[in-house]
Amino acid sequence: MVLSKESIEKSVDGLSIPQSLKESLVEYCVHAGVTRAQLNEIIKRVMESYEYAKIEPCEAVGVVAAQSIGEPGTQMTMRTFHYAGVAEINVTLGLPRLIEILDARKDPSTPIMTIMLKDGKDRELAKKVALEIEATNLSHIGSIYTDLAEMSIVIETSEQALSQRGLTIDTVYDVLRDEIKDKAIVELDGLRITVRPSEPSYRSLLQLVKLIEGITFKGIKNVSRVVIQKKDDEYVLYAQYRYKSVEKKSKTRKTPLEQVLSIPEVDASRTKTNHIMEMAEVFGIEAARNSIVEEAMDTLREQGLNVDVRHIMLVADTMTVDGEVKAIGRHGVSGEKASVLARAAFEETVNHILEAGVRGEVDILDGVTENVIVGQPVKLGTGDVHLVAIPIGEIMKKMKGENDGS
Amino acid sequence: MSEYSVLDHEMVPKHEIMDESEVKSLLKKYKITLEELPKIKASDPVVVAIGAKIGDVLKITRKSPTGGIAFYYRLVIED
Repeated sequence: MVLSKESIEKSVDGLSIPQSLKESLVEYCVHAGVTRAQLNEIIKRVMESYEYAKIEPCEAVGVVAAQSIGEPGTQMTMRTFHYAGVAEINVTLGLPRLIEILDARKDPSTPIMTIMLKDGKDRELAKKVALEIEATNLSHIGSIYTDLAEMSIVIETSEQALSQRGLTIDTVYDVLRDEIKDKAIVELDGLRITVRPSEPSYRSLLQLVKLIEGITFKGIKNVSRVVIQKKDDEYVLYAQYRYKSVEKKSKTRKTPLEQVLSIPEVDASRTKTNHIMEMAEVFGIEAARNSIVEEAMDTLREQGLNVDVRHIMLVADTMTVDGEVKAIGRHGVSGEKASVLARAAFEETVNHILEAGVRGEVDILDGVTENVIVGQPVKLGTGDVHLVAIPIGEIMKKMKGENDGS
Repeated sequence: MSEYSVLDHEMVPKHEIMDESEVKSLLKKYKITLEELPKIKASDPVVVAIGAKIGDVLKITRKSPTGGIAFYYRLVIED
């Protein structure tokens, strides 16, 4: 008799195999239509294969991961830039990008936000949101020149440019006045704004020009470009920006991503950035870990390299175990190893040994590198197994204690 | 300006605070001490959002590309 889906699910559910394996097992069994005896045989064989495929305890998975990422890495191009479609957004790719990810750089060279909208079908809305995100500086809306005879700065705006950016001369005037009111007097005359420094000197004039050029009249500071692209019948915004993430996060200062997320039209559940440290700041360590996996896999895939995701997952987990994103290398994981000899073998040998001597550190020779150095078997694989003798009395005592406890 | 919750984001997996007995059986299962668990900072946006305190253990249900779902555990620590 062919078993029903429910009874197959019931017998599969209790097995100690991953969820995805259970699902496909049920799917195939239902599709083929199996009897109880057949199902039992299938389960037995699956369990055998699963046990066989599982990695052994004490296997050096880190070394395997290092080789599996390192070898394809040698085939990667040194080419840095790539133009993503017609939109011409620069993205760092290839080896430089992979290094950037593993180094946990605080200011990656080309951060890009992928902004999804709640209503992605409306092109006009996408344009409106794009204008709200892209920073508008003076150079976008007009020109600036200094009048030395009058000791003033003249800003000429163009009406066309203003309306294109969705601005009016009054808002520009208000923003400008708020920004520099304690340094200068601002006057509005038609489309022309005249700025007179309160202290008429050549130097203050030049300083003021620089200041005015840096003012963001509309949009989010440091977002240099926003491009709208259609992706699966939905308009998606890509924003190119700059952001250096900080160690201690202040409550008041918002990152560019946070500013974008608080725009009502933006879908805050799908909007993300390729800036891993900013993801950690905004969405926490688990999101950063997912971001590392995703970015590294995308970088490798784009180069036509096929690296198993488990290796990348191991690297991402290692980088995030301590609750913060740490680099692979001198300033991160390798530099904080417990063993003196392991650290000395990696980089800056003399410094590490000297410092360990000053502090009186002890090396318990637990890891791989230390044991290679001193010429002992490494505690890996079969080398990790010890014969331990416990007197029978001890065991009895322990068992008795456990029984009492439960 | 609109409010959003970090918990709704597609890249943030489900975080749950474990009760004491769950933590006990977890440590027993893997034969480890509390300090040997991976950590998460108390200032982490997700920890703040679910209101976990220092010393709590969080059970994280990850979506795994290989295993379907995978469980991960983190101990909340001071910064």
